[in-house]
Order: sequence, then C-alpha cells, then structure tokens
Amino acid sequence: MNTPVPFQNLGMPRLDRQRLRVGMDVVDIRRVSESLDRFGDRFVQRLFRPGEIDYARAGEGQAAERLAARFAAKEAAIKAFNLSEAGVAWRDIEVQKLPDGACRLALHGLAAAHVEQLGVCEIALSLTHDGDYAAAVVTALVAPADGAPVCAAAAAPVSFSFPS
Amino acid sequence: MNNDQEIEHKIRTVLRDHARLSKPIEQIEPTTDLYQAGMTSHASVNVMLALESAFDIEFADHMLKRSVFNSVASIRDAVAELTHA
Repeated sequence: MNTPVPFQNLGMPRLDRQRLRVGMDVVDIRRVSESLDRFGDRFVQRLFRPGEIDYARAGEGQAAERLAARFAAKEAAIKAFNLSEAGVAWRDIEVQKLPDGACRLALHGLAAAHVEQLGVCEIALSLTHDGDYAAAVVTALVAPADGAPVCAAAAAPVSFSFPS
Repeated sequence: MNNDQEIEHKIRTVLRDHARLSKPIEQIEPTTDLYQAGMTSHASVNVMLALESAFDIEFADHMLKRSVFNSVASIRDAVAELTHA
C-alpha cells in the first residue's frame, strides 16, 4: 500500500542522478500545415517514421494535428532527456499507437542509446490537441544509480529498440 | 558582394522567411540567440529545410543540434562545413 509521504519529510539521501524527468512541448497546428504546404514530403520524411506517417494520413483531414502532436512529443522527449545537443534525428523518437488507443514513445538509434545511458527505465507519454494547438508531455523514471529495486521490478523498457 | 556576404545574405533571407523571429532580421546580430529572438523548435525545422534548398546541402543527423541553429554565425559555420565537404 502506498501511503502518501509529505514532501518535506521524504528524508531521501542526495541522489547522484535525477530520478524523475519531464519534458513538454506545444505546437501550433497551423504552422505544421504551413510546413506541409511549403516543404511537402521532405518535412514529413525528415521528422517522422513510416508508422507515424501512416497513422497521420489515415485520419481524414487530421494529418496536420496528428503530426503536430507527434512533433510535440519528440520535442518533449528532447527536453526530458537533454538531447538537444546530442545530434539525434527526430525520426529516432517515435510515437507508436497501440491497439488499445494509447500512445507510447519508442526510441531508436542514438536517442535510445542516450536514454539508456541515463538509466531511464520507464517512460510515459501524453498527447493532446484542441483547436489550433497540439501538446505533449513526456515523463520518465530513472533507476537509482546503485540499482535499487524501484525500477528493476517495473516493466521492462519495452520502448527501447536498437536498430542494427 | 563577396562569397561570405552572399552566404550570410542567403541565411538571413531564410531566417526572415521561416524563423518567425520577434524582430526584423536587420536587427539580428551574427551572434544573437535566435531561440531567444522567438524561433521555435518547429520553426528551426523549417529553417533547416529552407537552408538545404537554398544551399543545396543536407544536414546530417549529427548536426541536428540546437547550437547549430542558434545564431547566424553558427548557421554560417555549419553551411561552410557542408559546402566545403
């Protein structure tokens, strides 16, 4: 049973790495529509993986808002994991749509390597859009440096995938 | 206009058209932080794609860093690296 603990009474030892990470981003859907008009397929192919593109195009008239939400998720992940100077391709941060309608973040290549190095063991993703704006929040839990069981008992980091 | 001036002029034209800066491009110094001047991450993607068209170059994945698109000067360095490759 989890008993809420007053924040000031946590008495936690100073940790040598950040345990909870968060990033968020908001994107103007109209700007994404403009990018699609200006750059067409170059814009899409540069930022998104085939599964993301297929999902966006499957929604009639919803491509811009779906791509905007996915771009927000990529930028939220970049913020959550400090990837802005890592030289990570946007395509290596993927939003996957699960059969139950939920979305999850899947990381590939350099993005996956960096996030694994951070010790991230769980990632949660939330997307939304309303009117002209789409937004995303990425939160992540980092395993303790000493390998304490907090994350070891959690689900395996199924969202990591390293391409050959 | 020499080659360096021409390159900077093209970069400024791209920024004027795509960066959505909060002030006129003429007021942007070579080292002005473009993100502080209003360029969003999404606008920086447009800038990158427009630069690729303007200079017939392609930014490799390892160059997709905030610092590369941070200022006119940093963009100029990246364009020079790619056009001299």
